[in-house]
Amino acid sequence: MTELPLVIELTILVLAAFLGFEVIAKVPTMLHTPLMSGANFIHGIVIVGAILVLGGADDSFTKVAGFLALVLATANVVGGWFVTDRMLGMFKRRPEPRRESADE
Amino acid sequence: MISDPDVLALLYLVTIVCFIVALKFLASPRHARKGNWVGGAGMLVAIATTLLIDGLENWALMVVGLTFGSVVGVVGARNVRMTAMPQMVAIFNGVGGGAAALVALAEWHEALDPVWDETLSIVLSALIGSISFAGSIVAFAKLQELVSGRPIVFPAQNIVNVLVLGGAAVLGVAALAGVEEQWVLYSLIALAALFGVMFVLPIGGADMPVVISLLNAFTGLAASATGFVLDSTVLIVSGMLVGAAGTLLTLLMAKAMNRSVVNVLFSAFGQVQTGAGTARSDDGRTVRATTPEDVAVQLGFARKAIFVPGYGMAVAQAQHDVRQLADVLEQKGVDVKYAIHPVAGRMPGHMNVLLAEANVPYTQLFEMDEINPEFAQADVAIVIGANDVTNPAARSDPGSPIYGMPILDVDKAASVVVLKRSMNPGFAGIDNELYLDPKTTMLFGDAKESVLKLITAVKNH
Repeated sequence: MTELPLVIELTILVLAAFLGFEVIAKVPTMLHTPLMSGANFIHGIVIVGAILVLGGADDSFTKVAGFLALVLATANVVGGWFVTDRMLGMFKRRPEPRRESADE
Repeated sequence: MISDPDVLALLYLVTIVCFIVALKFLASPRHARKGNWVGGAGMLVAIATTLLIDGLENWALMVVGLTFGSVVGVVGARNVRMTAMPQMVAIFNGVGGGAAALVALAEWHEALDPVWDETLSIVLSALIGSISFAGSIVAFAKLQELVSGRPIVFPAQNIVNVLVLGGAAVLGVAALAGVEEQWVLYSLIALAALFGVMFVLPIGGADMPVVISLLNAFTGLAASATGFVLDSTVLIVSGMLVGAAGTLLTLLMAKAMNRSVVNVLFSAFGQVQTGAGTARSDDGRTVRATTPEDVAVQLGFARKAIFVPGYGMAVAQAQHDVRQLADVLEQKGVDVKYAIHPVAGRMPGHMNVLLAEANVPYTQLFEMDEINPEFAQADVAIVIGANDVTNPAARSDPGSPIYGMPILDVDKAASVVVLKRSMNPGFAGIDNELYLDPKTTMLFGDAKESVLKLITAVKNH
């Protein structure tokens, strides 16, 4: 990937930190567990690193490390997403209607 | 195939935007699920983009890895019980951290004469990733009760921990100073993992919300450090977003316990029965046990009841029955609300998820600050498997270890019913004065069974 100067990368890092705090401070207490598992899903982005390492590996050590990283990261991404989706599907404003209702 | 770096950068920017939008959508439970889909789309863009980069090899391994990881992820995510969600979150923290450490390890192996900032990024990614990996595995084992949830302590623990972490740091500095041997990073990873194990072992079950949040932040930071190694902005930004989320939650949880993060991590809270609270129970007041029938009578005359769920409800898997009890009461005209303490359970928001699973509308769930003024108007407060978060000693007894912790003002209700397995103190190991209050009655037994008996009794009343 394009090499950026370290200072630029640090600038991006710090801005991302502030942005993260702003956005996440607005998440209500009620959704803190989905927030955690959603954040879990997002750090699965390390899958990009795993693909790059495995795709560029030519000795067996790197292949093994890259492969393991890919398995872990994929499980992280896929599992994190599904768990979050499952959980968020449960949050409802009103109780489930006990009979068939036309109005929703 | 993509070879233009600008195109790559733009596609990764799409991912970043998707992630931020996903987090923004989490601000409201109505849109949160959509947000997760947006985040998922962003992740797909990132994965597809990366796979399309020119010159990648090892496709067979790639396909096997992606397939295997996906199967594990889907199976795990589908089958996990909502009560086991803290363990699940811990495991996902762990695998993410492990992946980051492995990427760093591979980069160290490949790097020829790395410049200092690359080495620093590799060291940080390996260090934080390994701590997160090992710490999360221990947290998982504790939550799954594979090892005791109580603090595990030995003499001079903190000194040993500092030495282990110090050793890892020395190796990191050596790597920076130009020692490019392979063993340097191996040893660093081993020491960091050992530190991860040792720093989580002495932390008690009730402090898990803090630890899980902190490990979440660690994994995010590890991913971010990996971004510096690979010069990938999408990793830097996404990792930092998670780092910010984890840090914020860590601070919130510690605040909800009125303790500093350092105190939570290094004091092995709850390992001993503290003397301060115990002495008081000898002033003639005794605990009064009650029966489901008596509670049903009490509830029959109530206009307003507040449920206070805690970890005991999760352990007994009683959330569905609790909701049924609320339904029955509502049919009888009782106004039912739920009071949720921020650190009830084993992770942030644990109770909300369980009650959502049981189909309790979130409009019935109230945070501590909202519900506390209402206890005074409640006829009955029903405490279901919660303990320390209801202990009035936190308000009144400066000698109590939990003094100053914001609590639910359960004792302000006209009467209190506590559903509890036995008289054992909670995870903090502190006696609860609430149980000696003359208006408190105790309904002993498994939370699920007690609630079921209550449902029958209320129906017959």
